[in-house]
Amino acid sequence: MIPLSWYLIFSAALFSIGLFGVLARKNVIGMLMGVELMLNAVNINLLAFWSYLYAGVNGLVFVAIVFVAAAAEVAVGLALIISIYRRKRTVVPDEVDGLRG
Amino acid sequence: MLADWTYIGIFILVALFVPAIAITFAAILSPRVPGTLKQSAYECGMESVGKSWIQYKSQYYIFALVFLVFDVEIVFLYPFAIAYNQLTLFAVLEVILFLLILVAGLVYIWRKGELEWA
Amino acid sequence: MTINDLNTILPLVVLAGWSVVVLLADLWIPKDRKGWTAALSAVGLVVVLGLTLARGGTVQKAFFGTVLVDGFALYLDIIFLVGGLAGIALAYDYLKRMELERGEYYPLLLIAISGMMLMTYANDLIIVFLALELLSLPLYIMAGFARFNLQSEEAALKYFLLGSFASGLVLYGVALLFGASGHTDLPGLVNTMRAGTGNQALFLFGAALLLVGFSFKTGIVPFHMWMPDVYQGAPSPATAFMSVGAKAAGFAALMRVFVTVFPSLSDDLTPILWALAAITMVVGNVLAISQKNIKRLLAYSSIAQSGYLLMAFVPYANAEVSSDSIAAMLFYLLAYTLTTFGAWAVIIQMEQQERRGLEVADYAGLGKRHPWLGLAMTIFMLSFTGVPLTLGFWGKFYLFSTAVEGGFVGLALIGLLTSVVSAFYYLRVVVVMYMQPGDPPVKQNRWVNLTALLAAAVVVGLAFIPGSVLDLALQAVLQLQ
Repeated sequence: MIPLSWYLIFSAALFSIGLFGVLARKNVIGMLMGVELMLNAVNINLLAFWSYLYAGVNGLVFVAIVFVAAAAEVAVGLALIISIYRRKRTVVPDEVDGLRG
Repeated sequence: MLADWTYIGIFILVALFVPAIAITFAAILSPRVPGTLKQSAYECGMESVGKSWIQYKSQYYIFALVFLVFDVEIVFLYPFAIAYNQLTLFAVLEVILFLLILVAGLVYIWRKGELEWA
Repeated sequence: MTINDLNTILPLVVLAGWSVVVLLADLWIPKDRKGWTAALSAVGLVVVLGLTLARGGTVQKAFFGTVLVDGFALYLDIIFLVGGLAGIALAYDYLKRMELERGEYYPLLLIAISGMMLMTYANDLIIVFLALELLSLPLYIMAGFARFNLQSEEAALKYFLLGSFASGLVLYGVALLFGASGHTDLPGLVNTMRAGTGNQALFLFGAALLLVGFSFKTGIVPFHMWMPDVYQGAPSPATAFMSVGAKAAGFAALMRVFVTVFPSLSDDLTPILWALAAITMVVGNVLAISQKNIKRLLAYSSIAQSGYLLMAFVPYANAEVSSDSIAAMLFYLLAYTLTTFGAWAVIIQMEQQERRGLEVADYAGLGKRHPWLGLAMTIFMLSFTGVPLTLGFWGKFYLFSTAVEGGFVGLALIGLLTSVVSAFYYLRVVVVMYMQPGDPPVKQNRWVNLTALLAAAVVVGLAFIPGSVLDLALQAVLQLQ
């Protein structure tokens, strides 16, 4: 049986990687991925606590809500990025491949 | 417990060893007569045309986003399906309400013309 | 869930449902008739306001205790709904004039308000997170509403990235609190705290993460960097709405969670809150001095106001003072809301195509050419500064006096000094309006005018009866505890 602390350390590490990604990346998509990593780290954390310590529905429901909220967030974020990209393309026609935010 | 792992270890060794022997023998014994037909991709699909680093229509991404949102919303239907037998009629109404909201989203996209691949 | 649960949160249900209806109705409203969408949304808000008032401040729980309706929620909901009406009034003419007119603006506004209302009802950290997302997502889109303007899109992207980053921090905090206690509901957390059974280190860390996340949302130094850029880049009506709504909702969540759950952590948290409040007041006011663009100036001013609001939190664990100080904060929120919407109404009338007319220098001559607008703007600037005879004065008066009562004389002194500093840049706008010659082109619109003049009248009018407003706020707080 894997001890709870491993999960917590793993999710803390994942959260830190995400945090680093948001703060250090220059590319908008990279930053968005960082945010997603943070949210998923939280999900792992919640599930670990739920399964080891506090059986009940609270943890599970929360995870589902976080999951969906994260997807909605990504949809909005990507839509914004696409919108900027569309406009930039018309301004700078040479910039064909890759998104440089 | 450990014995099970030994079996897996042996299996991996054999799996690595047997193809290695076959390839080595083939490399030593076979004659080398290269030709264009032989060099072509064999049963690996079509020859690709152009570069793959082309730009996709941005509408493609809108489709992807719409799919993403509807796909993930379905998560809420799983708990409903599992607990269905213990739920009251009111819960069914709730889920219908939830689906209606999703349908409203679909109507919005349809009216905006994003479902037409133009 | 039963029908009773839905009945308890009826205003919210109606508002959220109405936003979907308006979104769909807008699809069949022709392009040149978007006034209909605005009118429909406004009607919805008025109905919801009526429902909210009719329900009153009786304490009711619903959805297994995850949602709690009380006087505190009532007070803030009224602010949000009136703010929403003002937001629509400011947006309609502006969007048309700037050729941004798209019907989605109004349903988005309604959804954001539903999120804010849900935030005031939240009695469970899951609901806090849900409400946070519900109010943030529409605001990101509203910030980027000027789609052909790169500044606006950049603002939206910046707001989105920092906003979702902040959501991540809040969420991690919630996860740690869940790990410490096994509860996400506030009563459960309170019981665990009282019994002292939870893991104290996790509690403290979770509380700190919540504080940092909401500091991002409300613009508290050192988590304020995004605010000036976003405020400047976003379309002005969206800025006005988010500067009130997002901030008030953020403080509402902080209030609920900190005052009810974390009093026992005050030994560790009070010095941090003290430092944050002090540094926010100083940085916001000092940086505002050098601003030439009025939108940036108001952004820094809004940061400074966050500092004043946060001041009310510092004595939150002291049971004797805390209800007074939180009431002072609610009072100040009301003053801030009215003043902000009024000031932005004037700015919106001054703004021209291509983002011209936004420099402080452009306000030259406004006081002489348009005496009513000039007078209104003067009132708002005085109210922001905290000059007597305005609502802002009483707001600061109550805040500072409760800070002194709680034994934080130094903080009150910093507040007083920074207010004097703030007079420098607020009054500069007034000086430019009256003392310098000029003829600014003003795009008058009756709804925007109405907002400005009404806000000015209320800011002055309520200043004569501050006691009764404070009583309302006090009642709201009593039900919080």
